[in-house]
Amino acid sequence: MSENLTLPAPQDSTGTSAETLLSVEGLTKHFPIYGGFPIKRKVGAVQAVDGVDLSVGVGESVGLVGESGCGKSTTGRLITRLLEPTGGKITYAGKDIAHASRKQLAPIRSEIQMIFQDPYSSLNPRQTVGTIIKSPMEVNGIEPQGGREKRVRELLELVGLNPEHYNRFPHEFSGGQRQRIGVARALALQPKLIVADEPVSALDVSIQAQVVNLLQKVQQEMGIAFLFIAHDLAIVRHFSQRVAVMYLGKVVEVGDGDSIYNRPRHPYTHALLSAVPEVATEDSEDRERIRLAGDVPSPIHPPSGCRFRTRCWKAQDKCASEEPPLIQLSGNRGGHLTACHFPEDPTTEARDEDVVMDPALKALEQDVAEADAKVSKG
Amino acid sequence: MTTLTKVEDAPNPTGSDAFLSVRDLRVQFSTEDGVVKAVDGLSFDVERGKTLGVVGESGSGKSVTNLTILGLHSPKTTTVEGEIVLDGKELITASEKEMEKLRGNKAAMIFQDPLTALSPYYTVGRQLSEPFMKHTGASKKEAKARAIEMLDKVGIPQPQTRFHDYPHQFSGGMRQRAMIAMALMCDPDLLIADEPTTALDVTVQAQILDLLRDLQQEFGSAIIFITHDLGVISHMADDLLVMYAGRAVERGSTREVLRTPQHPYTWGLLSSMPRLGGDLNEALTPIPGSPPSLLNPPSGCPFHPRCTFTGEVAGNRCADERPSLAEGRAAACHLSGEQKQTIFIDQIQPRLR
Repeated sequence: MSENLTLPAPQDSTGTSAETLLSVEGLTKHFPIYGGFPIKRKVGAVQAVDGVDLSVGVGESVGLVGESGCGKSTTGRLITRLLEPTGGKITYAGKDIAHASRKQLAPIRSEIQMIFQDPYSSLNPRQTVGTIIKSPMEVNGIEPQGGREKRVRELLELVGLNPEHYNRFPHEFSGGQRQRIGVARALALQPKLIVADEPVSALDVSIQAQVVNLLQKVQQEMGIAFLFIAHDLAIVRHFSQRVAVMYLGKVVEVGDGDSIYNRPRHPYTHALLSAVPEVATEDSEDRERIRLAGDVPSPIHPPSGCRFRTRCWKAQDKCASEEPPLIQLSGNRGGHLTACHFPEDPTTEARDEDVVMDPALKALEQDVAEADAKVSKG
Repeated sequence: MTTLTKVEDAPNPTGSDAFLSVRDLRVQFSTEDGVVKAVDGLSFDVERGKTLGVVGESGSGKSVTNLTILGLHSPKTTTVEGEIVLDGKELITASEKEMEKLRGNKAAMIFQDPLTALSPYYTVGRQLSEPFMKHTGASKKEAKARAIEMLDKVGIPQPQTRFHDYPHQFSGGMRQRAMIAMALMCDPDLLIADEPTTALDVTVQAQILDLLRDLQQEFGSAIIFITHDLGVISHMADDLLVMYAGRAVERGSTREVLRTPQHPYTWGLLSSMPRLGGDLNEALTPIPGSPPSLLNPPSGCPFHPRCTFTGEVAGNRCADERPSLAEGRAAACHLSGEQKQTIFIDQIQPRLR
């Protein structure tokens, strides 16, 4: 791997825009754990986010995927500064906002908005839809032409709701409609960046596509940059130009959609893609089959070196001692960065032999294979 | 009336025919707002050693159906009509005692959320042993040996020590494995898996799905697999039942239903789902509107308010007349077979590429 090029933080050479809106360097968030009696002391830390590098261009949509507990939601909350990072830099439009005060943040808050996962708990049940969508404008003292109410009605129409629903309460709407209210609220301030934290995972399958299409329309027509956080790889692929894959608080691979989905290099990305259950169609080719063992380790005591090594089939001594840097491997396109010492081949086609790490699965499949062999003999 | 004779034949010991058969099942709950028709005239069969997949959105009645099979509904507020015959035994009229004998023994269930389905108060080992001791009369020692064997089989490391652990000491994937072990303790003939992997991460989901499939080959139980994910079902099920608003709208082998779907709802589900291999320039085609309330389900075909093909059917049949679901491979839709084929080939199939 000596011919690997070492590149600094992602410069998004494949992205659609040259200008960077938001860039994150070495972002870290450790949540302290307190214990002991009678005096509670800090006994450890959940290393939720541990050195994330990421950039979002103007009007670009970046997907952030990973399994639960990998820190993708925390990253979203750090970027919107709903949480204060333990370390690292968040640069928004040239300004470092990692430790900015309330006052310093005030003008930026209106430019970075968030859409939440659960449309049931993210809307105040005591407020009407009109009040909910109007309040960001009130807080920021924005007086649109024709008054706030007119603007709210326009927004309602934009997200596909009836403007006459202005005086209704959230409980009168279905889940998909509520998520549309959340979108309208995020759009009320004409933001430049929207962090969407699992915006469709609480919705029914037939409704998910409605909201994804709405977000796509908003993104393309209004030129808003999106950080789209989700665990569903197919939806992220559909929505994002660039995708970052996270594992245990770190970005393990980042690149344009095509690179990540068709030419992945990191073993974890391979495993993640092969685990997605897909409806088999006539012309779909055979994909590789990788079954990992066990669950994601605890972020309180993450493995040394490469964090994926405990579940990786290619792990060697080097992986435990040395943390792989996020670099551009030889043969990858610009902007496609991978953090791995022993990367995989850039293909998702079926291998000669499945990778099955799970001991129970291995044993059962061996039994079945032996039984089959016996049957064919006898 | 062929179904009736089938039911009478069922007690034959060969049991080559349907192992579980549900006929015209209706389940209604009385609530403060009125009567909820959760399941409305549902019929299906499950054969031994086969997997039936049940797909539908939330509120389509898929879970209620399966809770009713095991008699887990609240008898006070629920009225159940129809017929559920498991291995020649009628279950709706069965007494609570008879149901108790059956649950966990002949039919077992795997629930969606293992953290709420397992008791936090007892060790995993005890929860595994208890039904085994009750149903087989085994001693504590035998039950422990069996439990450790099963924990090992589902891939829990160090089963001897893990036997004494509490559910909170297990991770999400391991809890689901423990639950599968629990369901398989008495070697049930029927296993109902109600969204068993929805709460899990994709990599863990893939492990659990493969595990279930391999275990089925070994144990030979029939499985009813409930999910909302068509991708999951395409890997698990032999036959497929698509449910909408408490009714079955399409039935057939998984291959047939997913490759040549016939019902507009199934078309909608398939074309609203993004795929890893799909064309990125093709926008998703969502189903308009939202699922109906079961307090006041639409007249005629329950899908007609959201269906884009009602114009193709002469008159107002979609809103007036409820389409029936024929036996075997069928879809409950008023469109003629020819129309379905032309619409599917011309309009739907290009979207699924």
